[in-house]
Amino acid sequence: MSLWAFYAAHAGEAAGLLWQHLVLVGVSTAVAVAIGVPTGIWLTRRPAASGPVLGLANVFQTIPSLALFGFLIPLPLLGGIGARTAIVALIVYALLPVIRTTWTGIRGVDPAVREAALGMGMTDGQLLWRVELPLAASVMLAGIRVAVVTSVGTATIAAAIGAGGLGSYIFRGVATVDDTLIVAGAVPAALLALGLDGLLGWVERRAAR
Amino acid sequence: MRDLDLEIRTGDVLVLLGRSGSGKTTTLKLINALVRAGRGSVATLGRDVAAWEPHELRRRIGYVIQDVGLFPHVDVLRNVTVVPELLGWDAARRQARARELLALVGLPADEFARRRPRELSGGQRQRVGIARALAADPPLLLLDEPFGALDPLTRGDLQREFRDLAARLGKTVVFVTHDVREAVRIGSRIALLSAGRLVFDGAPDAFRAAEHPEVRAFARMLDA
Repeated sequence: MSLWAFYAAHAGEAAGLLWQHLVLVGVSTAVAVAIGVPTGIWLTRRPAASGPVLGLANVFQTIPSLALFGFLIPLPLLGGIGARTAIVALIVYALLPVIRTTWTGIRGVDPAVREAALGMGMTDGQLLWRVELPLAASVMLAGIRVAVVTSVGTATIAAAIGAGGLGSYIFRGVATVDDTLIVAGAVPAALLALGLDGLLGWVERRAAR
Repeated sequence: MRDLDLEIRTGDVLVLLGRSGSGKTTTLKLINALVRAGRGSVATLGRDVAAWEPHELRRRIGYVIQDVGLFPHVDVLRNVTVVPELLGWDAARRQARARELLALVGLPADEFARRRPRELSGGQRQRVGIARALAADPPLLLLDEPFGALDPLTRGDLQREFRDLAARLGKTVVFVTHDVREAVRIGSRIALLSAGRLVFDGAPDAFRAAEHPEVRAFARMLDA
């Protein structure tokens, strides 16, 4: 069966999986940003903590994704079978790029700019909101972009623990040796990654101006 | 810093002179609480520095540094009006003040207000830095080697203009430099620091005549 014929026959199901995929990526990225940006900011205020925290985030990054999904399943609250576990794992992966680029972006602000801001009487909060975050924005967005693009790919594996998404087609295709099914999952996942990459790249360039 | 006893009077244009590492910048930053004294006390604008909320104190003091530190993400106008914005001035008043200041430092607002810092030369940037320091009309200006990164001709222009401006506006000035020519050109009073100690404090004429070996070392460069 051709890919087009497959989609024509399964339009509703395919759209559903694409939507699940977007939810996995969107929710996990949003939570990772909500945790990672404040953490990155906090690390710039507590330089002593930056080594251990970035190191820990690095370690999480190196755990193979399928293994991480497996580790999470038996955990209470975070684990189990389904989308929740997958989202937790995707958050863990997205945290490092978000924390690291927030930290790098703020630390990259010219020390003279920071000294001038403080010397003119900005409070630490004003320094952060009016100077550091605007100047770090494009670097931070680059980190979020990396997090989004990688989690589109990682989210395909989430189907292995029953989280749905486009990976469902891929796993089903692998199990039944059906190339059309594999391609039906892989192609939209790749296009989604490319599309989001392009969109966030555009946002990033706008922020850099 | 040891045994530093320095009283800066209203209207003084005090130059803190010394070699690198002599404590000039530290002394300057004690005044606006960017550095805290381990022992001893510092009073600024009539109140002990420890009793000031640091940001409240700093908003009352103009501050200029060698690397200027303009905000690259906003235009010249916004850069000049940082302190008025912190003080809550309304937009019309800020705008009017910025135009006035830019004219004062030789950068007509019509031409420069909308530019970004990266579109300015080094000398123009420091002119903006000075306008920014004057924005909320502070009684006291602190300058840390403000012209150190400029070419000699631009530096000479800015030294002359700054001296005249400070005199005309009646500002109290503390000016850090390691350049003795700049010190005698700008200062109404020179304080020479050496290894964290004050070794001379007086008028430029007295400076030329003083006997202290560190003063002699600097004064010789005036004749060279």
